Amino acid sequence: MSAGYQHYYVPHQSHWPIVGAIALFLMGFGAAHWVNDDFIGPILLTIGFGMLLLMLFGWFGNVIEESMSGLYSEQMDHSFRQGMSWFIFSEIMFFAAFFGALFYARMISVPWLDGAGDNAMTAAVLWPNFEAIWPLIKTPAGVETQAMPWEGIPLINTLILLASSVTLQFAHMGIEQQKPAQLGFFLMLTIILGFCFLALQGYEYVHAYEELGLRLDSGVYGNTFFLLTGFHGMHVTLGAIFLTVIFLRIAVKGHFTSEKHFGFQAAAWYWHFVDVVWLNLFVFVYVL
Amino acid sequence: MSQEHSQSIESANTHHADDAHDHKPQGFSRWFYTTNHKDIGTLYLLFALLMLFTGGSMAMVIRAELFQPGLQFVDPHFFNQMTTVHGLVMVFGAIMPTFVGLANWMVPMMIGAPDMALPRMNNWSFWLLPCAFTILLSTLFMEGGAPAAGWTFYAPLSTTYSNDSTAFFVFAVHLMGISSIMGAMNIIVTIFNLRAPGMTWMKLPLFVWTWIITAFLLIAVMPVLAGVVTMVLTDKYFGTSFFNAAGGGDPVMFQHIFWFFGHPEVYIMILPAFGIISSIVPAFARKPLFGYESMVIATASIAFLSFIVWAHHMFTTGMPVAAELFFMYTTMLIAVPTGVKVFNWVATMWRGAMTFETPMMFAIAFIVLFTIGGLSGLMLAITPADFQYQDTYFVVAHFHYVLVTGALFGIIAGVYFWIPKWTGVMYSERLGQCHFWCSLISVNMLFFPMHFVGLAGMPRRIPDYALQFADMNAFISIGGFLFGLSQLLFVWVVFRCIRRKGEKATAQVWEGAEGLEWQVPSPAPYHTFQTPPEIKSGH
Ligand code: HEM
Ligand SMILES: [Cu+2]
Repeated sequence: MSAGYQHYYVPHQSHWPIVGAIALFLMGFGAAHWVNDDFIGPILLTIGFGMLLLMLFGWFGNVIEESMSGLYSEQMDHSFRQGMSWFIFSEIMFFAAFFGALFYARMISVPWLDGAGDNAMTAAVLWPNFEAIWPLIKTPAGVETQAMPWEGIPLINTLILLASSVTLQFAHMGIEQQKPAQLGFFLMLTIILGFCFLALQGYEYVHAYEELGLRLDSGVYGNTFFLLTGFHGMHVTLGAIFLTVIFLRIAVKGHFTSEKHFGFQAAAWYWHFVDVVWLNLFVFVYVL
Repeated sequence: MSQEHSQSIESANTHHADDAHDHKPQGFSRWFYTTNHKDIGTLYLLFALLMLFTGGSMAMVIRAELFQPGLQFVDPHFFNQMTTVHGLVMVFGAIMPTFVGLANWMVPMMIGAPDMALPRMNNWSFWLLPCAFTILLSTLFMEGGAPAAGWTFYAPLSTTYSNDSTAFFVFAVHLMGISSIMGAMNIIVTIFNLRAPGMTWMKLPLFVWTWIITAFLLIAVMPVLAGVVTMVLTDKYFGTSFFNAAGGGDPVMFQHIFWFFGHPEVYIMILPAFGIISSIVPAFARKPLFGYESMVIATASIAFLSFIVWAHHMFTTGMPVAAELFFMYTTMLIAVPTGVKVFNWVATMWRGAMTFETPMMFAIAFIVLFTIGGLSGLMLAITPADFQYQDTYFVVAHFHYVLVTGALFGIIAGVYFWIPKWTGVMYSERLGQCHFWCSLISVNMLFFPMHFVGLAGMPRRIPDYALQFADMNAFISIGGFLFGLSQLLFVWVVFRCIRRKGEKATAQVWEGAEGLEWQVPSPAPYHTFQTPPEIKSGH
C-alpha cells in the first residue's frame, strides 16, 4: 500500500460498454445464424463488428483523453497493469485447452485406436488396419494428408517472431531513453516483421491446402494444426494492429513519455506473449 | 426508476446531505451507462433473480413430467431441452451472476475502496449477460428447439446428434465466458490494488478472500470452456474430429477438457458461499471466526486440488486403473479442507451467544445440508461405488445438496444479511422465518428421496421411469412445487425492502457484525470511501 493518498479516478457514466455488449451480441447471434447457413448471419456479424470497432475507438479515446489530462493516479496505472496481466493469463489458458487437445490426441487417443494399453479390442473391432503414427497422415476412417515439415517457412517464421521480440525490446529502450528515432525505427520494424509473419503464414496455409492436402477436416492432426496456428495467427493480427495504433499515437499524436507509456507496454507484453505461444507451437505442432 | 422512488432513497439517507458527490444520475442512463459498483451489483442481483425463476420454471416442468411414470405433459426431446437449459441457466445465469453481484456490492465496501478498479468494464461485464441469455433462450423458440445434450453437452450428443441450436449455444457460452472473465478480473484487481491503507491480507474478510480465489479459478478455467465449446462448434460445422474417433479424436477427450473446466467451476459456485457463511456465523454467534488463517489456507487448497480431480466425473469411461485411483484419492483429499471449514463454523458457534435471525437460520441449514452433499460426494468419489451410482438420481441428489442447499442457501443467507445495508430497511423477520421453514422442509422433501431412488437405480435425465419409483417421485415433485412456491415468499420479502417497507435499519444493523461495511450508513451512500477509511483492528 502506498502511503500518500491520491484520488482514484472513477469515470462518470459511459455509453461505450453497452454499445460493446450489443456489438458482441450481434456478432455472436450473427455468427450462429451464419454457420447455420442463414443469410441474415453475415449481415448481423458485420454490423456487430462495425459497432465493436466504433466502441473500441470511442472507449480507448476516452481513456487516452483522461490519461492525458492527468486524471489517472499511480494506483490507476496499477489497475491497468494488473488487469492486462490477468487478461494475458486467461489467453494462456485458452491456448492451453487446444494444446491439451493436441497432447491428448497424440499421446492417448491415437495410440489407443491402434490398441495401446488395454485397447486391443478397440483396434481389432473398429479399424483393424489403422496405424498410430504422428503426424497422423492417415485417419482411422482413411482420410489421407501430408505432414507440414518444420524446415522452411515455419523455421523462418520462428526467426521472424523471435527477431520481432528483440526489435520491440529496442523500441522500448528507445522510449525509456528518450530516443525517438530508435523508438520509431524499431517499432516500425517490429510491425513489419509481424505482417511478414502473417503473410508467410497465409502462404503456408495455401501450400497446405493445395499441395499437401492438409485441411481443417483432415483428422485430428489437421484440426489441431489449424486451430492452434489459426488462433495464434489471429492473436498476431491483433497484436500487430495494437502495435500499429501505438505507432500512430507516437508518430502522429506524440503520446507517451519515458515514464508514462503503459499503452506501449501493454502492446509489448501482448506481443511477447504471442511470441512465446508461437515457440510452443513450433516445438509441439511442427517439430516434435 | 421513478422520481418519487429515488427521493425516498435520498431522504432515507440522512448522513450525506452535504455531499455533492453523492448525486445520482436518473432514469435510463443510470442503469445502462452506469459505472457505479452498487448499481451494477443491483443489476446483477436482479438479473440473477429473474434467471433463478426462469430456470426454476423449467425445473417445474421437469417435476410435473416426473410426477407419474409414463409420458404426460412433454415429449422426451422437450424434456431433454428442459434439463439442459435448466442446468445452464441456473449455473451461468443464476448462481454465478449472483456471486458477482454480491462481490460488486460488498467487496469495495469491505476493503474500503471507492469503487471497482475498472468501473466501465464492470458495466460491460454485466450487460453481456442479458445478451448471452437472450441468445440461449431464443433457441427455445426455434425450429428443433433448444440444446438438449445436457448442461455438460457431451460429444457426440452435442455434435453429431445435435440440431441448429448448437451454434447459438456456443456463442451464448462465449459471451457468458467473456462476461465472467472480465467480472473476475475486475474483482481480483480491485482486491489486489484498491484495499484501503492498513487493510492487510490477513485482515481481509473471508468473503473477500474466497472471492480472490474464485476469481482466479474463473480466469483460469473459463477460457478452457471457451476452447471446448469452440471445438464442439468446429466438430459440428467445420468437419473437425476432435471428438470423433474416425478422425483420430475421442469423445472422451471432450469430457476431459470439459471437466477440467467443470470441476473448478463447481468450486466457483461454492467458495463465495463459504465466504458469506464465514461472515454470518461470527456475527450471530457474537464471536470472532474460529481459525481464520486455516479458513484461508483451506480455501486455497480446495482451489488447488480442484484442478486435479476432474476425472471423478469420468470413472465409468474406461480410464486406465492408475488414473481411476489417482482421481479417487485426490477427490477424497478435497474432503479434508472442506472438513476444516465445517469444523471451524461449528467451533465458531460453540459457546457463542447465538441468536437465530433469518440469515443465521439459513447459514446453519447451509452447514448441515452442505455437509450432507459433501458426504454423498465422498461416496461418489469411491471409484467402484461410483460405477453403481453414476448417472443415477444419486448424483442429482448430491449436486443439488451442494448447489441448492449449499450455494443457493448461502446466497439467500447473504441477501438477508446485507439487504438492510442495501435498502436501508429491515426485511420482515416474520416473513423471513416463514420463508426459511418452508424452504427447509420442501427442499428436503425434494432432494432427500432422490438419494434413495438413485441408489435403487433410477437413471437421471429420463422423462419416464419404472413403476417402483412412482411413489417416491410423486413425493419429490410435491416437494419441488412447494420449494418453488416458497421462493415467491423470498421475492415478496426482497421487494418489500426495495419499496422501503419496513423498519429503518441502523448503520450497524446486526449487533455482532464486524467490518467496514457496517460503519457506513444504511442504505450505503451512492459513493462510499472516496477517501480511504482508517483500518483499526483485526478481521
Ligand atoms: C466433498 C466434496 C465433493 C466431492 C468428494 C464430490 C464428488 C463428486 C463426484 C465423484 C461426482 C461425480 C458423480 C458421477 O457423475 O458419478 C460429483 C458430481 C457433481 N458434483 Fe460433487 N463433490 C464434492 C463437492 C461438490 C460441490 C461443493 C459442488 C458444487 C457446489 C459439487 C457439484 C457437483 C456437480 C454439479 C456434479 C454433477 C455434474 C453432472 O454430472 O452433471 N460437488 N461430485
Ligand atoms: Cu467434480
